[in-house]
Amino acid sequence: MSSADAKNTKQIIAARAEKEVMPGQVINVGIGIPTLILKYLDPAKQVFVHSENGIVGMGSHCSRTDADRNLIDAGGGYVGMEVGGSFCDSVLSFTLVRGGRLDVAFLGALEVSRTGDLANWIIPGKYSPGIGGGMELAQKARRLVITTSHTNRKGDPKILDQCTLPLTAKACVNRIITELAVMDIEDGNLVLKELAEGVSINDVVSKTAAPLIFIESEVGRF
Amino acid sequence: MEKQLTAAEAVTAVKDHYRIMVGGFGIPGTPMILVDALLKQNTRHLTLIKNEANIAGMGVSKLVENGQVDNLVTSHLGLNSAVLGMMNRKEINVEFNPQGILVERIRCGGAGLLGFITDIGIDTILRENKQVIKINDRTGILETALRADVALVHAAIGDRFGNLVYEKSARNFNPAMATAAKIVIAEVEKLVEPGELDPDTIHTPGAFVDHVVVINELTDEYGILEDYVIG
Repeated sequence: MSSADAKNTKQIIAARAEKEVMPGQVINVGIGIPTLILKYLDPAKQVFVHSENGIVGMGSHCSRTDADRNLIDAGGGYVGMEVGGSFCDSVLSFTLVRGGRLDVAFLGALEVSRTGDLANWIIPGKYSPGIGGGMELAQKARRLVITTSHTNRKGDPKILDQCTLPLTAKACVNRIITELAVMDIEDGNLVLKELAEGVSINDVVSKTAAPLIFIESEVGRF
Repeated sequence: MEKQLTAAEAVTAVKDHYRIMVGGFGIPGTPMILVDALLKQNTRHLTLIKNEANIAGMGVSKLVENGQVDNLVTSHLGLNSAVLGMMNRKEINVEFNPQGILVERIRCGGAGLLGFITDIGIDTILRENKQVIKINDRTGILETALRADVALVHAAIGDRFGNLVYEKSARNFNPAMATAAKIVIAEVEKLVEPGELDPDTIHTPGAFVDHVVVINELTDEYGILEDYVIG
């Protein structure tokens, strides 16, 4: 995959993921593709974006002129504030998360299983940047949407029958959005809901290493 | 009580083998001036408790890179390749905590509690080597409280009594850490006279703070990081 394709993949996923957000919701977007969702977020929805570092009502990334040295998102990017936004300390920030006040969290993934297990924080011996807020977001958001490329850099499926990597949380994923498809975890099964433009069911099945359930006539397009 | 000291005077409270907490999440709220004083003092064999380790060559990363830190209790090092490299080469011990669990452990330490029980990480490798406790029909992990010998925090405004006001996303771990150490040192960007701060706006009451260090001039490290201007 060229870098231009990779960029396009991310934008397709972020644009589709924005449609998951309902007016007035409190949401959190993780580092990576999830952060791009804010670029597509319809201001009319009046959403409160939570950031782990103590922001409720965070705006999108801002320009050099507007950058404030005391105002960043959890990935370090300079951001603005929305009307009605507020600041809190890290204790209250995670009280919001663990207390169940987060309507939707969007996270990336290394692996997702058919039953909604998520692995996204460690590849033992190779990659272990730490957990950050991911475990708490995955376990406690009312709804967890995974935004990820359908396959990894080697082209191997990220959606598996069972995760092989250490878990972030078990049975936590509600929906997976990739550049190819939208899939839901329903009663421990992976259900195909939508296909991206120009993508066939076979394309998705061939790149998914778990049984995919679908009723062909009910599969939508995005 | 007179609490004002210079940075160099204040950090003499930190001795070899101490456990220290340092506030901040990225640049905002990281007490760069106090960290620089600690770097200069060259205190060693520290256990450092901080959300992350800033980025390579900045803030607490300088302490780690200078070999002053033996143990790092943290949440995420994804933006610091230098410290991740040291971790992978086993030059430093790193203990990762879920971010909210890390700050809650600090809050507990500050509040005089021994720990708390949570289901965060219950189905993961974080459960290993931790006490698992059943409460009614639910299972949780016992997370122990964290305290430190010295906490270094950063505030936007303070007064001579140690009352502190943080700004925007620079609040983060600072209020919790300001409760959880034997000695709490706050650097402040602006010092005002007692009575000038509206009591309703004070985030950390001065009763928690032992020493106040006034920053005369913000160093470059407090400024905007060009690489992180994305919009």
